[in-house]
Amino acid sequence: MQKYIIEVEDMTVAYEKKPVLWDIDIKIPKGVLMAIVGPNGAGKSTLIKAMLNLIIPISGKVLFNGACYESQRRYIGYVPQRGSVDWDFPTDVLDVVLMGTYGQIGWIKRPGKKQKEKALDAIKKVGMEEFVDRQISQLSGGQQQRVFLARALVQDADIYFMDEPFQGVDAKTEKAIINILKELRSRGKTVIVVHHDLQTVKEYFDWVTLLNTKLIKYGKVDEVFTDENLRMTYGTIGPILKGE
Amino acid sequence: MTPQLEILITVVIVSSACAALGVFLILRKMAMMTDAISHTILLGIVIAFFITKSLTSPFLIIGAACMGVFTVYLTEMLKRTRLMAEDSAIGIVFPFLFSIAIILITKYAGNTHLDVDSVLLGELVFVPFDRLVVFGRDIGAKSLYVMGTILLINMLFIAVFYKELKLATFDAALASVLGFSPVFIHYALMGLVSITAVGAFESVGSILVIAFMIGPPVTAYMLTDQLKKMLILSILIGIVNAIVGYWISAILDVSIAGSIATIIGITYLFAFIFAPKRGILAMIHLRRVQQIEYAVKSLLFHLYNHEGTDIEKEESNRHSIYKHLHWDKRFLERVLKKAARRDYLSVNKEYLKLTPEGRKYAIKSYEVL
Repeated sequence: MQKYIIEVEDMTVAYEKKPVLWDIDIKIPKGVLMAIVGPNGAGKSTLIKAMLNLIIPISGKVLFNGACYESQRRYIGYVPQRGSVDWDFPTDVLDVVLMGTYGQIGWIKRPGKKQKEKALDAIKKVGMEEFVDRQISQLSGGQQQRVFLARALVQDADIYFMDEPFQGVDAKTEKAIINILKELRSRGKTVIVVHHDLQTVKEYFDWVTLLNTKLIKYGKVDEVFTDENLRMTYGTIGPILKGE
Repeated sequence: MTPQLEILITVVIVSSACAALGVFLILRKMAMMTDAISHTILLGIVIAFFITKSLTSPFLIIGAACMGVFTVYLTEMLKRTRLMAEDSAIGIVFPFLFSIAIILITKYAGNTHLDVDSVLLGELVFVPFDRLVVFGRDIGAKSLYVMGTILLINMLFIAVFYKELKLATFDAALASVLGFSPVFIHYALMGLVSITAVGAFESVGSILVIAFMIGPPVTAYMLTDQLKKMLILSILIGIVNAIVGYWISAILDVSIAGSIATIIGITYLFAFIFAPKRGILAMIHLRRVQQIEYAVKSLLFHLYNHEGTDIEKEESNRHSIYKHLHWDKRFLERVLKKAARRDYLSVNKEYLKLTPEGRKYAIKSYEVL
């Protein structure tokens, strides 16, 4: 078996003249729960998007299980930023979660009973069973994020990418989400999360990538998430973590 | 079939074909793009006409469709440079391509059927004059068959790719990750918009094409929050608008396209005012109810916060409390009435007191925050 589930090699991404990501090399082993942290504009979301082929890099490549993205698509789940979609779209919770099954169904065919049951299971798992028929415009921020998480769960992926899943959610939802992420990890899934709250990195994640256009450091949280490395990432002087 | 009936059926078909596609256009926030496409296709038609030398060639439709897609591509390219926003890009591309078409027509095709007025407003009255003749037999107005075919293609496209259209419209990034190319869906949709516009423009004109593509879908959007219902409603509204508009134009003896477009606008206005959940009246009502609701809550909070404190008397005096809360006296009366009706408050002499019920409600609504 392949030792690393994700390998990013020499990846550079630029919008117009300015490089957003500069020569990134990362090798991620299977079964980690990894945060990508860095200041605003560090290229965290861009890194995820480039790995998912949503942005074409200037150079470099990404391998999943040693193979290219297209052949591994089936095993990859994605939770975009909540703000990236129009929540006034005329649809309900169940319908949005069902979208996660579209990849397994393929072109043209419609989701059937089996997919619906799967979606309902996932909705229950994120604690949204009361809201199955709820119009998505009527959801709070935390509920929207739970719906997105449920949609990712039905994708039945091995690797999950999540873009700021804790952005603007209530404390209860944050707990619920992190519990599900930890459960995914315990089932051998690999979860990559763009994260902005440094205070919770140690509690939530076992791996971390420190990014600021360039890759500063990545690896186990215990080894990498140090004050010195954080200072290199954020470029500030003085302790960044409270109480340390 | 009488000429009147042929005209009516034509507009009904055009309205359905446009209103169905329009749902996805407005959900993709592309209303202005429709405007652009329905005009720039003229350049495609003119160029195809110069090549084929025929106004009836099917290549005209292909030329128009290509130009429509090219319009979208050009606009998006300009937008991608980040030198201008999408609406500005449309504002540059659309008049540019359209004007080239006009210059070409006036310079080289002035004596053909292609004239600028009929492009904008169409000539529905002429629909019955252009016959489709097969094996020497007249089988009806040509535009009936052209638009019927286009309607069929649109409906098939939406029925077959409904799931993909929905996903790519709601969340293009996920569509891409799951392997449903949003670019393909996007350009297929734009191609169909172009074909529909070119098929319709000769009979109904580009203004009515835009009106049909935008009006019924936004009206339907006011009335429902389910995509399937929105599609069906949009088509129905389009059909009703077409029939009513046609009927009024016959009574008043005015332009058919103009009459229908006006009716589309009026229908939207009605939905805008009276729609049960999203109309303005519903909104105003909701805001009033909420305002009182919040006021009741904040009054209860206020009393709860000062319960048992030294200033409780001062803070709960029913004759001065409006000053503390900065409310108008009459508003206070309304709030008090509402709170009293639910047994949240009791009045002891001139002091307001929370009932146990009211206290529970105050705590409960505080915890939700």
